[in-house]
Amino acid sequence: MLRLLSFALLLAIWWIAALFVGAAKLPSPPAVLDVVIAEASSGALFLHLGATLARVSLAFVLAMSLGSAIGYLMGRVRLADRLGDPWLILLLNLPALVVIVLAYIWAGLTEAAAIAAIAINKLPTAIVTLREGTRALDRSLDEMASVFAMPRWRAFRHVVLPQLAPYIAASARSGLSLVWKIVLVAELLGRPNGVGFEIGVAFQLFDTPRLLAYSLTFAAVVLVIETALVQPFEARATRWRPRAA
Amino acid sequence: MRLEVDITGKTFRSAAGGTQEVLAPVSFALQSGEVGVLIGPSGCGKSTMLRIILGLDRDFEGRVSRPPEARIGMVFQEPRLLPWRSVEQNVRLAAPDVTDAKLAELFRILELEAHRSHFPGELSLGLARRVALARAFAVEPDLLVLDEPLASLDDALAGRLRDEIATLVARRPVMTLLVTHSLDDAIRLGDRLFLLSPRPARIVREVPIAIPRAKRSEAELGRIRAELAALQLESK
Repeated sequence: MLRLLSFALLLAIWWIAALFVGAAKLPSPPAVLDVVIAEASSGALFLHLGATLARVSLAFVLAMSLGSAIGYLMGRVRLADRLGDPWLILLLNLPALVVIVLAYIWAGLTEAAAIAAIAINKLPTAIVTLREGTRALDRSLDEMASVFAMPRWRAFRHVVLPQLAPYIAASARSGLSLVWKIVLVAELLGRPNGVGFEIGVAFQLFDTPRLLAYSLTFAAVVLVIETALVQPFEARATRWRPRAA
Repeated sequence: MRLEVDITGKTFRSAAGGTQEVLAPVSFALQSGEVGVLIGPSGCGKSTMLRIILGLDRDFEGRVSRPPEARIGMVFQEPRLLPWRSVEQNVRLAAPDVTDAKLAELFRILELEAHRSHFPGELSLGLARRVALARAFAVEPDLLVLDEPLASLDDALAGRLRDEIATLVARRPVMTLLVTHSLDDAIRLGDRLFLLSPRPARIVREVPIAIPRAKRSEAELGRIRAELAALQLESK
């Protein structure tokens, strides 16, 4: 209820501001809605949203699985940590734009280049988070598993993974928001479709209603995925914790 | 089955760079069906000794031989349960072969029936210790190691759990190693007592108790206690 009220307030502020600034710079909510409906009925909206979502999910899965595996390894094995650390620092501090431009130059304006560039941007943060999680693993439970001769996979699944779950959830959440932002840049620079491409077109035509229509539907999709997927996973991963009063 | 411990020494390197001797030469053996008790002052190196015997610490001098196929059941000083798994899952994960009937019996003996689906965070320390006991017994161990399993429990509960341990140990031949600083637990449960010195620990004296556990009357226990007290005075 409170959330709805807050949302309504946002809409009201937007509407009032639109009246003051003028439709050329800030179109009113109904004007934007008209564009959304027009784009949806022509099918273009879903095509572009779908392309973007496909890129996001591929890059996200790639970065999360690779990053988690590397982070776990670096948290467990000292040698891996020492070898990987300089690379990690380099990757962490490399601007997203540099990675995207280089990927396009080296691999051409291809789908693979775009997805790889997005994944590489997300990779180092996943590694850092999972490495921290692995370092924080409870040694005494490892000892328990070893004394009771638990097979490796069972110990990993029931002893290690639940301890890593909050870190994986945190990394997924921050990673998703990072990927959302970067995917649009990658599309703007070198893809012929997707929300980022459409925003590029709208920018060139100074078509604010179109720009807002695409970015707001995109934001709505992000919001739905956050509440429908990420938050339930987080809640499930921490369900054994006694609830805060 | 037989557990043979022959540790000739164990040193820790401290952060300052020096070395510290934790264990002096210690050697003893334990047969199936026997309960050996390690009694010694706090910090004398008992837990280090257990870690070596369990194979968790391989950085020592000497030799520990236990049959490689020996199943180990362990009750740690803290319960060490998985907080994200229910009581029943905690037991089953350590003992995947346990039958439903056996599990039900263990939970009945340890009065855990009402707590099967609870998470460890919802249990009191006494209950959590009982779950740790259930887990150790559910694996049907050949070597049972109990590291102060009754510490910080009130006397009545500790007494009851002690009786339960005696009942469970009597069911099948198992080598049991109990670490405690309670003389009472030691003489009620033990067949052979190993009295340890302060750090670096060595066995000051080995005291066998010939009377079977079930037949020790209060009078006998009193006599053993007096004997031990005399021994301890003597060794000081």
